[in-house]
Amino acid sequence: MSLCPPAAPNTPPPLTNGSGAAAILSAGIGSFVLAVLAIAADQAKAIEAAMNFSKPTGALSGVTTVALLFWLVVWGLLDLRWRKKTIALKQTCIIAFVLLALSFLLTFPPVADLF
Amino acid sequence: MEITTRGLWTLIHGMGFGALYLLAFSGASVELYRLTSPSPPSPLTPNQTRFLNVYLAAMVVLAWAAVFTGAYVIYPWYRAVPSAGTVNLSLFPQHLLMANPATIGWHSLGMEWKEHVAWFAPISITMVAFVFRRYGRDLGNHAQLRAAVLVFATASFVAAGIAGFFGAMLNKNAPVQGGPAIQLTRGGEQ
Repeated sequence: MSLCPPAAPNTPPPLTNGSGAAAILSAGIGSFVLAVLAIAADQAKAIEAAMNFSKPTGALSGVTTVALLFWLVVWGLLDLRWRKKTIALKQTCIIAFVLLALSFLLTFPPVADLF
Repeated sequence: MEITTRGLWTLIHGMGFGALYLLAFSGASVELYRLTSPSPPSPLTPNQTRFLNVYLAAMVVLAWAAVFTGAYVIYPWYRAVPSAGTVNLSLFPQHLLMANPATIGWHSLGMEWKEHVAWFAPISITMVAFVFRRYGRDLGNHAQLRAAVLVFATASFVAAGIAGFFGAMLNKNAPVQGGPAIQLTRGGEQ
């Protein structure tokens, strides 16, 4: 015999945290990819040339375009996989926070110049 | 009283989009914290949730408008290369800054950081707006999700703040200027 009351017929199912986790992790990944690409374009002439999508803006155009596309693709894929799931959010958030913190650090010129 | 076309675009980028975004953050952070509290002080109405959705969407637009005008309108003027023998560098802000040891840091640290860190603001606030739209008041039932949203919203503000500070200082030391002049008012009698 179940002690739980039956669910109301019009009550929507509770939202899982998967969609939110996908958005948070992909934001961390996108920021980190942008920071890494910025360093790579700054250190390697070949990458700088490859990132020169718009001549007036220079390598910044390619670095940001590639990072934004990567972020959106990762977000879309993670959302597809996790949308209906409940994810271990603590680990996901820690990874996202670390990636975001590293992104700030790696774009800071005195740190970026160490590479 | 007149302003150059480049000066006007810099104004639109910095004051129109960037500063407005920074101002909007205080309202967004308070409302996000309040509306998603696990035990809100008063019952929440659908209108409040809808208002914050629109507010966050406006912030997303402002953040993206700021970085795209910065990267594709202002930055090319900033990094323009003078022809050999050019003495007056006032139309070449990056080179003007780098020509003086007292101002070179505004480029090598300020612009080099600003041009990349600024992009974390729209990325983060887009995520925040999406998550709030998806979960709404239900965020209060997802404590870790709510905490992550508040952290990323704050990170977005910090990124925009860094970019805004250096943008203002760069424009103070080597303003982006040039292009056709736009007359705002005619001078009065002295």
